[in-house]
Amino acid sequence: MAKPRVKVPKKASPGDVITIKTLISHKMESGRRKDKKTSELIPRKIINAFKAQFNGATVFEAALEPAISANPYIQFNAKVSESGEFHFTWLDDDGSVYEAKKSISVG
Amino acid sequence: MSITRRKVLGSGLGGVSLGAVVGTTTLFGMSSASYGSEIEDAIAAFTGGSKPGSGRISLGTPQIAENGNTVPIKISVESAMSEADHVSEVMVLATGNPAPGVVTFKFTAMSGKAAASTRIRLAKTQDVIAIAKMSDGSFFQDTKSVKVTIGGCGG
Repeated sequence: MAKPRVKVPKKASPGDVITIKTLISHKMESGRRKDKKTSELIPRKIINAFKAQFNGATVFEAALEPAISANPYIQFNAKVSESGEFHFTWLDDDGSVYEAKKSISVG
Repeated sequence: MSITRRKVLGSGLGGVSLGAVVGTTTLFGMSSASYGSEIEDAIAAFTGGSKPGSGRISLGTPQIAENGNTVPIKISVESAMSEADHVSEVMVLATGNPAPGVVTFKFTAMSGKAAASTRIRLAKTQDVIAIAKMSDGSFFQDTKSVKVTIGGCGG
């Protein structure tokens, strides 16, 4: 099961550019590995998209390919002008959606 | 170094068909002279055929990656990141992987800074390319060579 972990500063001043770090546990099965016993290809199962929203507006997005390492780590920035909530979503190949939310107080 | 070599190859094979150029690339094996049609196609699909300039974007990679399964990379692009002038997308390609695509970051004016880091898989020693798409439609490219001692991707 994919478990997201997100680091967002708790406080910031208006107009600050903050750094956000995200990590989610996921095997990111590339679809090119073979099962050692049956020598059959293990089907691809990766997180193919990541999105960060702040108070409903998209801040940052990433389209991931199988060349992203297991337990994908993404670090990016956001400019905050008001208090609010970050909403992070990861989309799995199998249709699952993993989510995390973090609040920040600005002022 | 790669640029000089490409120029030499390009001028030498100017009149020869594309097939022959691809053949030459295979002959060189891991040579960075030309990346083959798959990479060229991926770049063309992203830039819409226009040629990326150099500068403004910087791609940070380790020179030597001991483990190809997790290679940290970092991209940053110089930009005001305002509504009118910002970096809209950055595409990262690995020229020596079974599939060239690695990741595409999409930025907005709310990103504040056009910078991102992640960890990628590299199958072997190769060049990694990052191309930035600006909101005004211009493109910038940076290429870094990474030596990989143990490859990622299956095996």
